[in-house]
Amino acid sequence: MPERKQVATRARATTDIVPLRIPADSVELEDPRLSDVDEWGRSEHMRALLRQLYEPVYSKWFRVEWEGLEKIPREGGALLVANHAGAVPSDAPVIMHGIERELGRPVYGLADYFFRRAPVLGTMWARTGGVSANPDNAYRLLHEQHQLALVFPEGTKGPSKSYTDRYQLRRFGRGGFVEIAMRAGAPVIPIAVVGSEETMPVILRLPRLARAMGIPYFPITANFLMLGLAGAVVPFPAKFKLRVLDPVRFDVPPNQERYSRSRVMDEAERIRNDLQETLYDMLRERRSVWFG
Amino acid sequence: MARRVLVTGADTFWGGRMVQALEADPEFEVILGLGLRNPSVQFERAEFVRTDQTYSILSRIVTATQVDTIIHTFMVVDSTLVARRALHEINVIGTLNLLAAAGASGSPVRHVVVKSSSLVYGSSPEDPNTFSETSMRSHPPRTAVERSLIDAEGLVHDFAVDNPGTTVTLLRFANVLGTDIVTSISKNLSRPVCPSIFGYDPLLQFVEEDDVVRALEFVTRERLPGVFNLAGAGRLPWSEVASICGTKLVPLPPLHPRRTISPLVTLGIFEFPPELEDLLRYGRGLDTTKLTSAGFEYRYTSAGAVGSYIRAVRLRRGAGRPPTSYIYEHDVEQFFRHSSSVVGSPDG
Repeated sequence: MPERKQVATRARATTDIVPLRIPADSVELEDPRLSDVDEWGRSEHMRALLRQLYEPVYSKWFRVEWEGLEKIPREGGALLVANHAGAVPSDAPVIMHGIERELGRPVYGLADYFFRRAPVLGTMWARTGGVSANPDNAYRLLHEQHQLALVFPEGTKGPSKSYTDRYQLRRFGRGGFVEIAMRAGAPVIPIAVVGSEETMPVILRLPRLARAMGIPYFPITANFLMLGLAGAVVPFPAKFKLRVLDPVRFDVPPNQERYSRSRVMDEAERIRNDLQETLYDMLRERRSVWFG
Repeated sequence: MARRVLVTGADTFWGGRMVQALEADPEFEVILGLGLRNPSVQFERAEFVRTDQTYSILSRIVTATQVDTIIHTFMVVDSTLVARRALHEINVIGTLNLLAAAGASGSPVRHVVVKSSSLVYGSSPEDPNTFSETSMRSHPPRTAVERSLIDAEGLVHDFAVDNPGTTVTLLRFANVLGTDIVTSISKNLSRPVCPSIFGYDPLLQFVEEDDVVRALEFVTRERLPGVFNLAGAGRLPWSEVASICGTKLVPLPPLHPRRTISPLVTLGIFEFPPELEDLLRYGRGLDTTKLTSAGFEYRYTSAGAVGSYIRAVRLRRGAGRPPTSYIYEHDVEQFFRHSSSVVGSPDG
């Protein structure tokens, strides 16, 4: 093969003249990218498009009001934790949209592996800032890339619970979110959300059907009973109120192999109690589900 | 110190490239190329030895030539290239015999470099976004090529434990694209249509073939011990790779995509080895900071590797097939190397 041979000889000839090691900073590698999809699959272009579409839902339908938004840092990593509710939860898009709109910085939403496995949905979810809730992913986002990550420690137990259990926080997993924050040296910022429960109340659950379909839960919602199939995607226009709690910092060194189990569980339980108390406070002040 | 190097798979793409790269450096005093068939590229001063795929005569070669470094490039990472049985023979039994020769008592070998693949990490929805060298797979392997690579890596690991005096380097490469390499991915991308799985647009990372050879050379020269990931910076969705290459994606049904496509694979329209299926769903990302912090510098990013590949494809499309100028003739090569009549380089 003549062209390969020529390349080899030419390369040999040039090494005689040019010093072999070129200093790293002087080399700007060519990178012919066509899209702005980042390593998490998030595309700011897609996000901006979605923000435009979601803005009326955010400000007209849910009429979202924030309290304490200034507690979320404008730079540096932080783990946002919130209560999770409504059969198809509106809290995640509301929080992500609100923070991106007000603070102008991206929020990566951590969620179940189920999303990544699902065709179409998984891709759309990733392009709009979704990341699967793997501890390594959270660590990389918080510690190495200093980003905001949003996690719902209740997991699917939150949105799958029935309406009669509204605003009753489920178990916070095994406190994994605290351990990640400790390891990453990032603060945990709890956010209490009121309104999400009423957007899509779960009347009945069909666990067998869910298992057969390979999805985490299959709810029969009030929306479904009232609106038919459209109820699967149309939430009720409940008034959203969000309150950001004080950031929780842990006075432990980051990057440890492991952290004390009991310490992790205590911190997780403390955050859970604070969030639960705040939710009760907000509900005491709420006069109407629809008008706040 | 002058080094004596043995390169496996010298008749294959990587071995041939590697031998040529080493020939340029006089530090590598003796270069031996091992292969099953005649080499397809011309070697300047390296000696070529034909052997069977499991290297049964290797220990004799090692003892006779006193090589101190073995570069094991002959690992099959694309199951479309060889039969399933040969895959196991080459990757597992070949590596086993190679390491047995390198670890025999009185062996002169002090450095073993093995070229593996990031296939050992697999690809699944439970995976971390980025694999570091210490990351674990999420699930046991399901494809033959992944199984054989994991088995081979296990042998390499055992060898490193048993021979503390020998430096062992294991490189795990991302999918390679470049000017000359032919893989199932590159074949797909060179055609007007290219398979994808409906509803999935995975993020992939690529490494350019020159960076592969340079990395192998780098770790050999620096005698770096340990496992290293290799991939160009950044990653890009499969759809973007396809648009850079100017090919149209054909979405296959998410359920049983391989079964659907198999008639087209048989006809040679698509390449769809089993190890490609999960990759085209979930992609794979590699943390490459370990080798870059050891001083290695990439010349291509992931997207740059795709660009380099497609420029070469366009050239081939535009210019037609170049004449074959080199055919290995054993007697001629021996004559050039060993006859007392030869006083200069045959190429002037």
